[in-house]
Amino acid sequence: MLRVKDLHAKVEEQEILKGVDLEVCAGEVHAVMGPNGSGKSTLAQVLAGKEDYEVTAGSLELEGEDLQEMAPEERAHAGLFLAFQYPVEIPGVGNSYFLKAAVNANRKARDEPELDAMDFLKLLRERATLVDVDEALLRRPVNEGFSGGEKKRNEILQMAVLEPRLAVLDETDSGLDIDALKTVAAGVNALRAENRAFVVITHYQRLLNYIVPDHVHVLLDGRIVRSGGSELAHELEEKGYAGFDGARAGA
Amino acid sequence: MPTAADTIGALAERDYEYGFVTDVEQDTAPPGLSEEIIAFISAKKNEPQWLLDWRLRAYRGWLEMAEPTWANVRYQPIDYQSICYYAAPKSDDDRPKSLDEIDPEILATYEKLGIPLREQEMLAGVAVDAVFDSVSVATTFREKLAELGVIFCSFSEAVQDHPELVRKYLGTVVPRRDNFFAALNSAVFSDGSFVYIPKGVRCPMELSTYFRINAMNTGQFERTLIIADEGSYVSYLEGCTAPMRDENQLHAAVVELVAHEDAQIKYSTVQNWYPGDKEGVGGIYNFVTKRGLCEGRRSKISWTQVETGSAVTWKYPSCILRGDDSVGEFYSVALSNNRQQADTGTKMVHVGKRTSSTIISKGISAGEGQNTYRGQVRILRSAEDARNFSQCDSMLIGDRCGAHTFPYIDVANPTAQMEHEASTSKIGEDQIFYCNQRGIDTEDAVSMIVNGFCKEVFRELPMEFAVEAQKLLEVSLEGSVG
Repeated sequence: MLRVKDLHAKVEEQEILKGVDLEVCAGEVHAVMGPNGSGKSTLAQVLAGKEDYEVTAGSLELEGEDLQEMAPEERAHAGLFLAFQYPVEIPGVGNSYFLKAAVNANRKARDEPELDAMDFLKLLRERATLVDVDEALLRRPVNEGFSGGEKKRNEILQMAVLEPRLAVLDETDSGLDIDALKTVAAGVNALRAENRAFVVITHYQRLLNYIVPDHVHVLLDGRIVRSGGSELAHELEEKGYAGFDGARAGA
Repeated sequence: MPTAADTIGALAERDYEYGFVTDVEQDTAPPGLSEEIIAFISAKKNEPQWLLDWRLRAYRGWLEMAEPTWANVRYQPIDYQSICYYAAPKSDDDRPKSLDEIDPEILATYEKLGIPLREQEMLAGVAVDAVFDSVSVATTFREKLAELGVIFCSFSEAVQDHPELVRKYLGTVVPRRDNFFAALNSAVFSDGSFVYIPKGVRCPMELSTYFRINAMNTGQFERTLIIADEGSYVSYLEGCTAPMRDENQLHAAVVELVAHEDAQIKYSTVQNWYPGDKEGVGGIYNFVTKRGLCEGRRSKISWTQVETGSAVTWKYPSCILRGDDSVGEFYSVALSNNRQQADTGTKMVHVGKRTSSTIISKGISAGEGQNTYRGQVRILRSAEDARNFSQCDSMLIGDRCGAHTFPYIDVANPTAQMEHEASTSKIGEDQIFYCNQRGIDTEDAVSMIVNGFCKEVFRELPMEFAVEAQKLLEVSLEGSVG
């Protein structure tokens, strides 16, 4: 589904990604782990097409299509979803209004009929229940005045409503207490499906106790230095990232 | 008392000495402004002597006044002697015969705003059959109002049919010499609306100029007077969202509101005059004086405005809170795109005890637009326990536009409570990227973010107007993000 080859990217003239290879198939959950500054968030932003991030070499493909040729909204239409590490506030714009606009923009781009208010509300309620989000959250402006936990849950709700093919979760666990973490993880698990893939980016192994990945990749200094199964996350937990320095030296 | 005709006669004779005759029969006055022209206008409208005198005194005041230069706007000097101050309403023969004769760009905007064909014709000034839907609507509408004793007519009709009311209130809120443009308007005003709501009557519908079909072209010097007698309520809608073109570049209107004890006036405006082309050529100069007097105790006046048009806007809808416990409100959205300039805001003058005022201003600048908020809150010594809350937010779209805020606060009574909040924000690339990532393209994202920014004002508008205003903002912002 997602094929990243020898990806190099820079921000403000500084090279952050130095040759990332990653292949994700439908139905899989991949975890990308790494310390601060290893390039995790850059990878997420580059996938979503943020302007300030310049791809200098390598390729990015989603379902065989070149992502670099696509604007951010076109990537969304193609089924790419990014759960933001820092969800953005949009004052005065109702959460459900925003989501309806998003759903219909995607449907329109895919030549599907737009949902009317009633059908949308039905979908929204159903998904809010699925990922355990309080309806009061739907009536408030997008992320405005939300607590850290509420913002992250709102991202999961948006994902549930937009039904992406590939969801990238950028440090969705950061700043969450254990209860919020469980709710968020349960939401993600509820959305796991055969035709959907996840890339879960995290600093800590903790989240992976609740979202059990099929594959784990360790990202260090802009390169994936090791890949393995979910046991790799536990190894990291014990040894820390320092233990992979050797791998980096050898890479 | 000499009649208007006598005066005209006398003036005509005097004119003759100077080799200048104004033919009362002709439809258009020659360009220029003089006492003769004013007498001509007054005679054309068959006005009583007192009103002619009133106009003339305004004119003499105007002659001694200088055009204000303090506003944060730049425009070419206006040659007041090259303007025609009177033109009879266009006859059907002069009007476009069908929409085919209308600028396709305007038609495209009508289309985007979703305006029905019939209304498009009316707005574009197409000569249409008298028998069209709105006429019957308007008639039913007037009958219903008449049953309640509500007077809603053109200013000229009011001068003929209700001279005592006009004479009692005209100029009591905006005096003849209030300012340069108000004085000019007082001298030469063309027409406008007149509303009187009797004691205890709650006007059951929104009064809209739209229903006064004969008032669609009230000319460049509009005069409006609204009086809400004790315990009455009225909601008045001015303008419409469809773009209005006019060959007259200068517009100087005056609006006066009077609210008696326990009365409430809600005045909503959507202004969409032609802003000129992308370079700002040909746009309307809109220099308006709007003021409401909360005369009685517990009276309330609310101004809500959405300003998206005009090349230059100079406008400060204000409230004089004279009655104890009276309330003034001002909610404004002003958009300046391309080369538009807007200097707008409000004045709240607290005279009575426990008077309170609220100001919510949202300025949006895009393209090379310049948007200025200018507001004054004055608490006089007599205004015991007065309160004001002001919030002025500016939003910038792009990096070639400007936002300016000039709040003036003048407090002469120490019991006053004043709150002022201000913010300037730029539509964040992060916000747009967030919307993009959810599948929403940049243009839709901007209009969504702007509408969210204006929400506190839009919710003060009557429902239908609010929907139109949102749409209007969308259309006005098109192409502002490259």
